[in-house]
Amino acid sequence: MRHVRIDRWSRGESYFHTLHAAAKLVAALTLLLCIATLSVRSLVCCAVYLMVLTVSVKAARLPVGRVLLSASAVLPFAVCFAIITALSGEPDRAAMLLIRGYLSSLTALLLISTTPMPDLLAGLEWLRAPRFLVQVMQFLYRYLLVLIEEAGAMRDAAESRAGSVRSLAVRQAAGAAGVLFVRSWGRAQAIHRAMMARGFEGHIPRFREFPLQRSDVAFTLVAAALTVGFRTVLA
Amino acid sequence: MEVKSLSYTYEDGTAALREVDFELEAGKTVALLGANGSGKTTFALHLNGILRATSGTVSVDGLEMNDRNLREIRRRVGLVFQDSDNQLFMPTVLEDVAFGPLASGASPGDAAEKAHTALAKVGMGHKAGKAPWHLSAGEKKRVAIAGILAGDPRLLVLDEPTTFLDPPGQRGLADLLDSLPQAKLLITHDVPFARRLTGEAVFFQEGRIAAKTSIAAIVQEFGW
Repeated sequence: MRHVRIDRWSRGESYFHTLHAAAKLVAALTLLLCIATLSVRSLVCCAVYLMVLTVSVKAARLPVGRVLLSASAVLPFAVCFAIITALSGEPDRAAMLLIRGYLSSLTALLLISTTPMPDLLAGLEWLRAPRFLVQVMQFLYRYLLVLIEEAGAMRDAAESRAGSVRSLAVRQAAGAAGVLFVRSWGRAQAIHRAMMARGFEGHIPRFREFPLQRSDVAFTLVAAALTVGFRTVLA
Repeated sequence: MEVKSLSYTYEDGTAALREVDFELEAGKTVALLGANGSGKTTFALHLNGILRATSGTVSVDGLEMNDRNLREIRRRVGLVFQDSDNQLFMPTVLEDVAFGPLASGASPGDAAEKAHTALAKVGMGHKAGKAPWHLSAGEKKRVAIAGILAGDPRLLVLDEPTTFLDPPGQRGLADLLDSLPQAKLLITHDVPFARRLTGEAVFFQEGRIAAKTSIAAIVQEFGW
């Protein structure tokens, strides 16, 4: 079984890992909202947020370097928009776009690296997020793992014959990508059949309740107050 | 279970089943043998309404397969798929096993109790909180079976149950299945495994039942 790295991180042991998912979700959403509304001259506030997030990553006993690097995965997308913004004569706004993108990515990464997906989904349900949305997320996650598994199996098969997937021509790689989606589609259909065989009629019933502790409420209040406080004072 | 003149043709025109007649009494175990593509899995998918007959009838405990009886038939016929990864779709083992009872209207408390009981039956109680995709192949198979047992079915249909299992896993599975009181339909290529659980078999050939006899006779007659 190919484990997803973030999934493995999420099952670690730290204060952050023990918190209720809903508490972490509210704290993360508050931070994301503050980041999204920062003006172009809020560099000090950005630096403080980056410091707080880095310290939190360390406190969560996650590998700081790898987490900070992983958070940059969104930058290629943000860079496209930043270039367009810079070319339109707003370099400050372009830089801020990149900074906001990176900080948001780091926030989301910290959340999912300290909360196993089942707990995160339960936290969303606890917050009364639309159940349809939660179910879509659940299946997205499940099928993402299916896609990763299928891609891994195909990569192994290709490497065993071609030596390295890097040696595949663009045309072969495109063909392989097509096959990957067809295989994943087949797998998804098989999963759907198995669900129907066990009585699935388009709705997954709620299974359990997650009680919120006082310490979770305290965390949420302190985190939200600090986040908004920094935003108000420094930005 | 009673199947009469069951025929099924896939959308591409492939006739997968032709006039199949079959009966299975309560508590009995029968092996379904036959080459790849002979119609065994297609037949199994008809037994709990995943596929619906082009012609002919399927009935379980006197309930004919139709939209009105579908939910009850799916509760009574538990289908264990060949690839357990396809069957385990909930975030944790406990939630996955509890899915069937919840879907059939049990309260969360009852569903959890049934799930714990089923997990204990297959020796997987200690894995209740784990994510299913973190289990070994043998453990996944056991959890998949627990997911079916939690619905308290009267018939278990197992499609290639020994796939991906090592010899100790296969022996453990045979012991587990042998201890279950339900009627069982074993779709398998693994004759020694089938022999551990039953002496009776039907042989599928090109969508038809070519023989209903003992496993030994099928091995001899068809060189299986």
